[in-house]
Amino acid sequence: MGEPIRSIIILIAVLVGVLAIAAGLIWLERRMLGLWQDRYGPNRAGPFGSLQVAADMIKIFTKEDWIPPFADKPVFVIAPAIIVVTTLLSFAIIPFAPGIEIVNLNIGLLFFLAMSSLSVYSVALAGWASDNKYSLLGGLRAAAQMLGYEVFMGLSLVGVVMLAGSFSLREIVEAQRKVWFVIPQFLGFVIFLIAGLAETRRIPFDLPEAENELVAGYHTEYSGMKFGMFFVGEYIGVTLISALIATLFFGGWLGPLLPPLLWMMIKTFFFICGFILVRASLPRLRYDQLLSFGWKLMLPLSLLNIVVTGAIILAAS
Amino acid sequence: MDQNIDILQQLRVRFGEGIFTPQATFDDVTTVWAPKESTHEVLRYLKEDIPKPFRMLYDVTAIDERLRSHRLDQSDTDFTIVYHLLSFDRNMDIRIKTALKGGNPSVSSIVDIWQSANWYEREIWDMFGIRFEGHPHLRRILMPPSWEGHPLRKEHPARATEMGPFQLPEEKAESLEKDLQFHPEEWGMKFGGEDTDFMFLNLGPQHPGTHGLLRIILALDGEEIADAAMDIGYHHRGAEKMAERQSWHTFIPYTDRIDYLGGVMNNFAYVQAVERLAGIQVPEKAQMIRIMMAEFFRISSHLVWYGTFAQDLGAMSPVFYMFNDRERVFEIVSAITGGRMHPAWFRIGGVSQDLPKGWDRLVDDFIQYFPARLAEYDKLVMQNRIFKARTQGIGAYTLDEAIEWGVTGPGLRACGLDWDFRKKRPYSGYDQLQFDVPTANNGDCYDRAVVRVEELRQSLRIIEQCLKNMPEGSYKSDHPLATPPRKENTMKDIETLITHFLSVSWGPVIPPGEAFFRIEATKGANSYHLISDGNSMAYRVRIRTPSFAHLQMVPSITRGLTIADLIAILGSVDYVLADVDR
Repeated sequence: MGEPIRSIIILIAVLVGVLAIAAGLIWLERRMLGLWQDRYGPNRAGPFGSLQVAADMIKIFTKEDWIPPFADKPVFVIAPAIIVVTTLLSFAIIPFAPGIEIVNLNIGLLFFLAMSSLSVYSVALAGWASDNKYSLLGGLRAAAQMLGYEVFMGLSLVGVVMLAGSFSLREIVEAQRKVWFVIPQFLGFVIFLIAGLAETRRIPFDLPEAENELVAGYHTEYSGMKFGMFFVGEYIGVTLISALIATLFFGGWLGPLLPPLLWMMIKTFFFICGFILVRASLPRLRYDQLLSFGWKLMLPLSLLNIVVTGAIILAAS
Repeated sequence: MDQNIDILQQLRVRFGEGIFTPQATFDDVTTVWAPKESTHEVLRYLKEDIPKPFRMLYDVTAIDERLRSHRLDQSDTDFTIVYHLLSFDRNMDIRIKTALKGGNPSVSSIVDIWQSANWYEREIWDMFGIRFEGHPHLRRILMPPSWEGHPLRKEHPARATEMGPFQLPEEKAESLEKDLQFHPEEWGMKFGGEDTDFMFLNLGPQHPGTHGLLRIILALDGEEIADAAMDIGYHHRGAEKMAERQSWHTFIPYTDRIDYLGGVMNNFAYVQAVERLAGIQVPEKAQMIRIMMAEFFRISSHLVWYGTFAQDLGAMSPVFYMFNDRERVFEIVSAITGGRMHPAWFRIGGVSQDLPKGWDRLVDDFIQYFPARLAEYDKLVMQNRIFKARTQGIGAYTLDEAIEWGVTGPGLRACGLDWDFRKKRPYSGYDQLQFDVPTANNGDCYDRAVVRVEELRQSLRIIEQCLKNMPEGSYKSDHPLATPPRKENTMKDIETLITHFLSVSWGPVIPPGEAFFRIEATKGANSYHLISDGNSMAYRVRIRTPSFAHLQMVPSITRGLTIADLIAILGSVDYVLADVDR
């Protein structure tokens, strides 16, 4: 009797927590960018502009939710939901602390990879359903980009799985008690970080959106809450990738003194800030450059990483 | 002057004695009248066969001569076409004029000699209704396709009050929209390649990457640009027409808004052209102040380019840093002139006011502050590997192509030619200042950036010399045509008071004649060709802007590249749409 209730409580807590963090990120990112770009950022609504999120929410909920008459209506409506659903589902497998996780899947990592593959449909379908040439180009770029980075994203994690001997994230964290995987798997970490940037479609990989080239890319035709879903979906994605980096390479909840949940949050927050800093500093790649970067550099490197890791494990045993 | 006689001799030897008539002007440009039938051949000869050829078609324009009373030594003509050529080997300009008779004249096109003549001839058709036989695509360029009349003709009204109230009923709005539909076949574009159909993408006039109201129609094969057509004119405000209805003095603020990032740099070309006509010698101090302010605006304009170029490539932060620095420039500009972007501060005969107390400290602070920032920007932008990957080898053109298309300024210097009008034709005392002319060799987006970044440093160097060597003296000439006249004696004797009153209320009457002045503006060669009919207003003002020529060549360097590259090219070309459309 106690177990299902506990699960439901955790589930609701994670859902609310993740959405709150994602919404808070909208404010945080704008403030951080303001700080790094010698300007203020939102500082009017509430103390330090912290009510900016509420203001944004009111705006986005009350805006006219317009569907262009030329759009493919059902697909146009479903597309923004896909990204939110798939990224939220991925949180199911993340162990925030011992005992605080929704499910402990023994194929947890595979589940995440599956969900991230699905999420690209959101962007590709949005681009297609809008029946707008800019959106279409954005959708095409998203599909090509997905093919480019998805492969090495999966491969970059194989080293971690080999070391931990499991796909379960809880066991992966447990396996890092001696040393965080970022040290033996540094290459894997770097590759996953890059793939994560691409997964969340942020600079330097924000090609499907590419404001200066494609107006707003795949979500050019979206407004109101449907646009808001893409917007929040991006921040949920950032939180997800940061939480995964913390879990897979930086020991998850492990850490001295502070409670495990706090450690997990500190680590996640650190990488979120890293994501924002990257956005503030880098220009955007061109689409063919991204593809050749993925296939010609990242893929061989991640394969090399697997071979070397395997050889070392073999030699050690 | 020897060179001028020499060129006329060569032309006469080649084409016969009687057909060429030289014309005296107030500038140093050889002006020769050639008959309509032989103009085409004369131009071809000047470009291709003459030793040390005139390889650049610097400008083509027309004059409606029908109401002109001071005809001077020119032939009887209703319309005149003016071809302005430039030779780099000779460091010399030549102006070939052709007289046309009748109300709807035509002349043979020279697009077969210079591709760059295309837009210039379209502009003349649009503005004067002169037909060019053999032009591949003679249609309006600046005015909407449905416009009635040709605005720069003297019979065309210049004021809204002469035109009847403006109305836009729904049918008219619809027909105007219909006019803007793109028909590829009209532009000589294909619908598909060997085994693909092209997608036509309408980029602009509202688009974040076009830096203003510019419309580009792309024929896309995937993301690859198979062909591109430019549609300009959305920013046209009729500056040349307005010049014919403004006094010589009150036109100055209009010039500020031509290259709207250039501020007083625009005044610079205009007032010097007027001074040439009026024969005004500008005091040394005024000259030096002008140089200093012009260089501040070069810095400010280049900073806008720098930031937005980085932003075009997706880098988000540089634009904020650079706009902050630009704000520091504007603080100095506003302390000295009272204005920011468009101070309209230069005057015929000098500048508006003397430098304020404490200007030197402001300028000195900036000189101390700026180099460290430039070094930081180098690390942030120029040395960034993604930035290099996006710009190196993209949008490259050769020196020959640059000359063919009339490219001047940093775009020309990025091809390896150290051609800077501040060095080659020093004006306003630039010959007394030390600065280098930066060049680069590849002519691609990156090299254009390299040249501009180095120009920022050189401008700072010039400003520093102005600060250290600012001469004593007056900020405005005492010449009677200097406007507004200096006020010292107005309340002391009636003659000066009357002159002052007339000059301020009516404006100066500039003696009849023609003069041209060209400066090295922020984006390239900017020049004003003024024709005075002995009136308080100009008879004709021709504004030759660098952006017009630069934008025209963009399609030729984008074919085969992607949309992302096009945006990089547009950023690196550094045009201002107001400078294109005027």
